[in-house]
Amino acid sequence: MSLFFIVALPFFGALLPGLMNAAGRSATAGITFTVSLAAFIGLLTNLPTVLAGDVVMARVDWMPVLGLNFTLMLDGLGFFFALLILGIGLLIIAYGRHYLSREDNMGQFFTYLLLFQGAMVGIVLSDNILLLLIFWELTSLSSFLLIGYWKHLPEGRQGARMALTVTGMGGLAMIGGMLILGQIVGSYDLSVILQNRDLIQADPLYVPALILILLGCFTKSAQFPFHFWLPHAMAAPTPVSAYLHSATMVKAGIFLMARMWPVLSGTTEWVVIVTTAGLITMVIGAVIALYKHDLKALLAFSTVSHLGLITMLLGTGTAFGAMAAMFHILNHATFKAALFMSAGIIDHEAHTRDIRRLGGLRKLMPITFVIATIAALSMAGIPFLNGFLSKEMMLEEATHTTLFGIPWLVPALATFGSLFSAAYCFRLIGHVFFGPVRGDYPAKPHDPPAGLWLPPSILVVLVVVIGVAPFLAEPFVKLVTASVLGDVADVPKAYFKIWHGLVPALFMSVAAVIGGLVLLAVFNPALRLWDAAPRPDAKVIFEAIVESVAKAAQAVILPLHNGAFSRYAAIGAVAIIAAGYHAWSTGTVGPATREMQAAGPVAIAGWAMLAAATVGLVFMHRNRLLSLILIGIVGLMVSIGFVFFSAPDLAMTQFTVEVVTIILLLLALNFLPKTTPVESTVLRRVRDTAVAIAGGLATFGLAYHYLLRDAVTTPISEFHLANSYKGGGGTNVVNVILVDFRGFDTYGEIIVLGIAALLIYALTETLLSGPVRARLLNRLPDQPRAGDMHPMMMVVLTRVIMPVVLMVGFYIFLRGHNEPGGGFIAGLIVSIGVVMQYMASGFSWASARLKYPYHGVIGAGVLVAGLTGIGSWFVGKPFLTSDFTYVRIPPFEKFELATAALFDVGVFLAVVGAVMLSLESFSRLARRAHTPDTDHPMDIDPSRDLAPEGAGSAKEGV
Amino acid sequence: MELLVASAIGILTAGGLYLVLRLRTFPVIMGISLLTYAVNVFLFASGRLTVGAPPVLRDSMESYADPLPQALVLTAIVISFGMTAVVVMIALGAYLGSDDDHVDDQPQDDTQAEGRS
Repeated sequence: MSLFFIVALPFFGALLPGLMNAAGRSATAGITFTVSLAAFIGLLTNLPTVLAGDVVMARVDWMPVLGLNFTLMLDGLGFFFALLILGIGLLIIAYGRHYLSREDNMGQFFTYLLLFQGAMVGIVLSDNILLLLIFWELTSLSSFLLIGYWKHLPEGRQGARMALTVTGMGGLAMIGGMLILGQIVGSYDLSVILQNRDLIQADPLYVPALILILLGCFTKSAQFPFHFWLPHAMAAPTPVSAYLHSATMVKAGIFLMARMWPVLSGTTEWVVIVTTAGLITMVIGAVIALYKHDLKALLAFSTVSHLGLITMLLGTGTAFGAMAAMFHILNHATFKAALFMSAGIIDHEAHTRDIRRLGGLRKLMPITFVIATIAALSMAGIPFLNGFLSKEMMLEEATHTTLFGIPWLVPALATFGSLFSAAYCFRLIGHVFFGPVRGDYPAKPHDPPAGLWLPPSILVVLVVVIGVAPFLAEPFVKLVTASVLGDVADVPKAYFKIWHGLVPALFMSVAAVIGGLVLLAVFNPALRLWDAAPRPDAKVIFEAIVESVAKAAQAVILPLHNGAFSRYAAIGAVAIIAAGYHAWSTGTVGPATREMQAAGPVAIAGWAMLAAATVGLVFMHRNRLLSLILIGIVGLMVSIGFVFFSAPDLAMTQFTVEVVTIILLLLALNFLPKTTPVESTVLRRVRDTAVAIAGGLATFGLAYHYLLRDAVTTPISEFHLANSYKGGGGTNVVNVILVDFRGFDTYGEIIVLGIAALLIYALTETLLSGPVRARLLNRLPDQPRAGDMHPMMMVVLTRVIMPVVLMVGFYIFLRGHNEPGGGFIAGLIVSIGVVMQYMASGFSWASARLKYPYHGVIGAGVLVAGLTGIGSWFVGKPFLTSDFTYVRIPPFEKFELATAALFDVGVFLAVVGAVMLSLESFSRLARRAHTPDTDHPMDIDPSRDLAPEGAGSAKEGV
Repeated sequence: MELLVASAIGILTAGGLYLVLRLRTFPVIMGISLLTYAVNVFLFASGRLTVGAPPVLRDSMESYADPLPQALVLTAIVISFGMTAVVVMIALGAYLGSDDDHVDDQPQDDTQAEGRS
């Protein structure tokens, strides 16, 4: 299967669990399992190629200019991790089906899980480091969702936030490191970067890049001092902990260190930083784990410790260390996932994870006991289990590692860590399963159904098989190691076997196990000592830092952002004017190239009316109805100006829009106060006047200079004029631009218009379902109502006019391609025609006769326009390519048929729908507020009033 | 003529700016409408002023007004209607919800201020 499918399957599959949610829990889990299984099988189909030592590549250029390409690569290392992610993922899905309760939203859970799975697979298969970074961030985000899955638990939310903060910041650092790396090499492809070890290590920016990348790896893999987030992430449901925090996500940092091993390792900086961090993490994690009473916390710190171990092995920079690391990743994934699942089973059945409240489960939960014990013994490093083998290799490597010039430091600390590691494993077995059966468990523990214990037992079988017959795993681990090492070193010859002879590692191992047993024997005094010792609590420190950062941000933002819109507007206006002034005073103005045209008396009269109306509006704006009239005059003058300056289409649009805007504002003024009180101080008005005059002068200067000069480069308008008829089949160039040349823009604009109308509708719905509804019902009109709200004259007139208006709209629409007109204007005209019916006979009368809801009209318009555009795909042309032809049907004259006209139908419908939906929403508010509307077209109807009682309604709707 | 159009743009902008800086929603909406006119006319004027030559192709005509700004402004007019309607709706909703049509946050009494922070 192509690598693209393997990565894409979980992402696309993530849509399915949500859809299947209604079909039941088994169906949801089943579909998730199927998706994962398909990806898993797809991965396995590539096994022969990988086993042959080849690298599978898949490449699509995405943004070649930025060096960001969708390049995937599958080699031994990638295959190993992908196998872990998908394989353990399958077990986790099966386990999760039985773990989650009925109250949990399973579709949501599996959607998150598949998103995470896809992101993880993406990381390990990426060949491009920028692509890798994208997947890296995706794992942080999806793990945030998974950790916080139980939204009702504050621990879950806090843990999720902490994990996201820490790994997110690490991710930011890593972006910096990766960009530096890409700059050094000149390519963002991993396969190229991995070839340039000498170039990278010689570069002065090597150390910053190394530190930044390691920051990303350490935060993700919970290395000291960033280890604190992992235990808090344990608030997640156990399947998540088992999957993310033992087998996969925390290994992402380790994966990246392994991936970058050929180019980054081997230098002193690498050895010192990585080995030290790993060693400290290993020891601290193991020590803390021993004293944790929560089973999952114990396992979490043990995971931290083991991740430290693997990091340390990678840090030594030797081929043997890398091999041991790879082997331990495999072993850790098997026994730790099994342990997490066992902890989940205990939690699920006994309703507690507190070790102090458990004990004696050996007799009550025999199956769980066997699974958990084998896995824990493997973790402790007992022979014939896989943990023993890799731990031996680790100790062997430790004896050869010197840090800070002290030869005994690393072996001693490694033994110390192993000792504690053995101790907490023994504690887990001893304190949970052995001891007397108690009578005070929160719930009666018993073994779970097979769905819960089968997945971990499969892993435990692996633990034993690898432990007894390590030669089975050897070729695979060596294959993976080979791809980690690249060309830098050869795969070590050492064989995987249980008995190496009396080597130092064996003595260290024996010392650790015996020491672990001794420590468990003196556990209670040790615990008292530990509890008495002061320790920093990472969560408190973290919360304090977050709190102080939030406080600092508030201290900056709140004074600036004080909710005073008029202040923002003033600052914005002044800033823009200042920027313009700066440009004006530093730039140069070219000489005027155009003659000023003479202005006739008509133009001057129009100008004077516009100026007078604007000035009047400013001075009389407190009388709101008057200001509406004045702004109508302004709009009218602007429309006439458009006619005067050769823009008939614009004039028609402006004029019709003016009508609907005024109706809209009148509807709003029905509720708003009719006057504006005097509130601002004189000083403030002077200030605002100054800002306004400055702004006005600025735009005047700009427009004036602009109008007297020609464009610096030739405008593209000539092209439109020349091709309008030839290419678009229409002589009205403006309309051809709208529906043809720039049809895609228009398409976007009708969608925006539709969204605006839907927004208004949604706001109305919200208002009418909230407290405003009651307020509207109780509202008394603040002005006297007309006695005859639906006067007969108006009803009759609008009915008579309606067909005429529709005809005019139709005519305007049809002629639009060749004469001024078109979909926009026709839509507005028809809307006005319909609005008149509302005005004459009232909302309920009109809406009772409404056949098509306006949402549908908007949708139909967008759909018609979109389908017209798609139609051109069928003839192999790009979206919205238009075509036209001339036909002649006797007895008519020859006329034109253009696909652009179909597109214009879409525009027309969208405009009608949007305008009507907005106005209708406003009147719905009014409908709530007043006395019930009648169902009759007019209030006083002589024919109805003369008719006998009860027969009047028969006339309704005539 | 250019002087007239440019000064009309200036007057509309000045009036619009002054009204936008008022304290109640309705004058602010009026101000936004005036600014919309100013911007639309300015955009239209970027095609320079032409009298008596609409961009409708005729055999007898040699030169036409610039059609491109006209097409852009046509959609701008319709969209600005949509935006005005949304703003009016928001203003109306705010007024109906709180019985107050100030555009600025009003100083609240202590009990309410607690809940806000």
